[in-house]
Amino acid sequence: MIPAMLAANPRLDRWVSFEPDGRVRIAFGRMEYGQGIATALAQIAADELDAPFASLRVVPAATGDIPDEGLTVGSMSIEFSGPAIRAACAEVRALFTAAAAGRLGCDAAELDIRDGAFLKGGQPTGLDYWSLAGEVDLARAPTGDAPLKTPDRLRVVGRNEPRLDLPAKLFGEAFLHDLSLPGLRHARVLRQPSPQARLVSLDEAAVRRAVGDVDILIDHAFVALICATEAEAARAHAAAERAARWDGVRDMDPTLSEPAALKTLPYEDFAAGAPSPGPSNRRRITATYTKPFLSHGSLGPSAGLAQFQDGKLTIWTHNQGVYPMRALAARITGLEPQAIEVIHGQGPGCYGHNGADDPPIDAALIAIRRPGAPIRVQWRREDEFGFAPVGTAMLMELTAELDASDRLVDYTAEIWNTPHTGARGTAVAESALPGYVTPPKPAQRLMPDGSRFSGGLLNATPSYDIAATRTLEHVIETPIRSSSLRSLGGAANTFAAESFIDELAEAVGQDPLAYRLAMLSDPRGRAVLTRLAAMCGWADRGAAATGRGLGLAYDRHRGRGAIVACAAQVEVDTEVRLKRLWCACDGGLIINPDGAKNQLEGGMIMAASWTLKEQVKLGGAGVASVTWDDYPILRFSEIPPVEIELLNTRDTRALGLGEVSQGPVMAAIGNAVAHALGARIRDLPMTREKIVQALLTG
Amino acid sequence: MQRKIELILNGHAVSVEAEATDSLLDVLRGPLGVSGARFGCGMAQCGSCAVLVDGEEKAACAMEVGAVAGKAVMTSEGLGTPERPHPLQAAFLELQAGQCGYCLSGILVGAKALLDRNADPNRAEIAQALDWHLCRCGVHNRILEAVALAARRMREGAPA
Ligand code: FES
Ligand code: FES
Repeated sequence: MIPAMLAANPRLDRWVSFEPDGRVRIAFGRMEYGQGIATALAQIAADELDAPFASLRVVPAATGDIPDEGLTVGSMSIEFSGPAIRAACAEVRALFTAAAAGRLGCDAAELDIRDGAFLKGGQPTGLDYWSLAGEVDLARAPTGDAPLKTPDRLRVVGRNEPRLDLPAKLFGEAFLHDLSLPGLRHARVLRQPSPQARLVSLDEAAVRRAVGDVDILIDHAFVALICATEAEAARAHAAAERAARWDGVRDMDPTLSEPAALKTLPYEDFAAGAPSPGPSNRRRITATYTKPFLSHGSLGPSAGLAQFQDGKLTIWTHNQGVYPMRALAARITGLEPQAIEVIHGQGPGCYGHNGADDPPIDAALIAIRRPGAPIRVQWRREDEFGFAPVGTAMLMELTAELDASDRLVDYTAEIWNTPHTGARGTAVAESALPGYVTPPKPAQRLMPDGSRFSGGLLNATPSYDIAATRTLEHVIETPIRSSSLRSLGGAANTFAAESFIDELAEAVGQDPLAYRLAMLSDPRGRAVLTRLAAMCGWADRGAAATGRGLGLAYDRHRGRGAIVACAAQVEVDTEVRLKRLWCACDGGLIINPDGAKNQLEGGMIMAASWTLKEQVKLGGAGVASVTWDDYPILRFSEIPPVEIELLNTRDTRALGLGEVSQGPVMAAIGNAVAHALGARIRDLPMTREKIVQALLTG
Repeated sequence: MQRKIELILNGHAVSVEAEATDSLLDVLRGPLGVSGARFGCGMAQCGSCAVLVDGEEKAACAMEVGAVAGKAVMTSEGLGTPERPHPLQAAFLELQAGQCGYCLSGILVGAKALLDRNADPNRAEIAQALDWHLCRCGVHNRILEAVALAARRMREGAPA
């Protein structure tokens, strides 16, 4: 079967070709932003071709040059791009082998490839990919018949190849932010305080007093200050903020910062799963967990460039996909997609839909109104915190029914959240343009099996043997621009579910590990959980309520992805201190073990930070927490040692790892804190106030 | 008022026309054309823009360029090159201490300031020295280990 991404972009030469300088050119539609995807996909390609890894050249992403694979999201690059590039390389290998066999007058089965050269009976034939490149036409579709290497013959896959993108990041120039073009102009946009605000007046003279040489662009409520340098643009922008009068600014209700407020907003209901259990005499336990709005908190505020010349728009972006950017720019500017070229550059980690889509659109809107010079827009920290989409708050009400032998037999997750991908395909600048109408609700997304897809349902039902499970999701009209953040609802749902499982174990007086194993028949899951228990010394866990705690949690991501168990050791007095974290993971076939561990650990540290520290505060006209002082994250002195083990790494299928460790580590920390305190915190983040509150209410 | 400001940038005497009150970071990244110091917050809260001024670690975003006139400024470009990496850069590569990498050049500079005053820091001392540097990708442990590795190599005589 031809992998979906290859079927959608069938021409083989779009994926692989051989260059005269002895390099292999490979292209794919996934964006590198430090997750190591370019290196991993290059390893897959090198292995399937039997070409030297060092000969691979990954084509920089730009519309027209790379296959269209949509957005780089959901940790799906390895699961979807991997098979596509692998199959493409297998097809290419088969075509070249046939050509070599033709030249040598032998059977293709007699040939082998080493370092890109064809061998016959182990001896060189004088032929290699490059010498045959002229006679093999790769401008063709795959057959679907090319055999793939079996896992035991993989040599590059499974190796710790160093990341291709890292050196540039250690020696200065690497990021889109560093791109300088001749004649570049620096611009800042004076943002509407809230999407409905109308510009009443701007005292242009006051702006010009701050910066003599400023081009002030006003179109409806879209205001930009264009200068020769970044420093001038910053000064002009600061002056314009003081010199602008707005009308129709809507105040944000600060109480909406709390997830409990979700229940007060209008929502739409979606039920799925088993029918309602009806009355029974089974033991019933309920608990409610919450997670607040979170910021992606990319370390670098987003930037983008655009140039409009001869009716053609060029955009430089560090977003999650060049084709989606082209579609967005086409919709907003009214230009034909063919008139837009999008070039990708490296950016700070985005972890989902952060502000990356916005500055390039700001720049494009300016460039079209000021043709000729390239325009650069650099967002400020306050812009990234204040106007980029946030990850939605969630409230999870869980109900369990236990049978006479204390077994969990019926499970209900009732979830309140805003749409997890709500702001996809929009830009913050749009609402300032003339004739803006709120976009219609996006069409319902469906899963391959036809069921409704919702980010809020990921991991809503834990992966244990439970006779009846159901979900009831309330999707709320969001009070604030919200969109996808690493794992969507998955992490919060796992935090809730795995905290709840510990509460059930406690209610029936069982050890949390034993309680889980008793309802986990999947051998891969059992292996992971058992290994984790050994790693963290579960057997010596010790008594509760001593101020020191050990907790663990388990999850199979989305019921079919990577299998992860995490443990946390904490000390709690007036605050939670992380002492150690552990993770055991079965992610199937591992392309690059060191890269896999880097991803898992990064996810754990970020999620530990969510758990202990983070909350977006609403207020003013939107987001009130717009600096790192208002939005603290975990720091070096608070980072515990982390130990990670990978299991079952030579499986046939590779599973995404970018967003699988968050939920388990959050619940492990929650369970460790409950063990340390003898009281549970169900609302994130676990701050000093929450500790006091938990101790008071028991 | 624009004026000519002279400084030593990564070992070379340079001069630049700027307002004395412009932020050092904007002038470095703009007219001076070095990109190692990165813009992260503009409020001395994240460490992305860290530079050494006469050997002392500073947030370039919160410093006026006029204040470095006549002084030596070092950005991560002053550490080493791909051909001749500084032991810190070599250790970061060896341990693959980075994901998106946006935090790294500021952290390298902060680590250099630490190793200049303490050749054998322990984990807690490294963490303390880097504490104002944020890393959103969660690469802290690898970074702590890479700094310790570089320190060991330098004690063993690796040229810095
Ligand atoms: S940009 Fe200077 S400290 Fe953040
Ligand atoms: S590696 Fe991305 S912020 Fe540190």
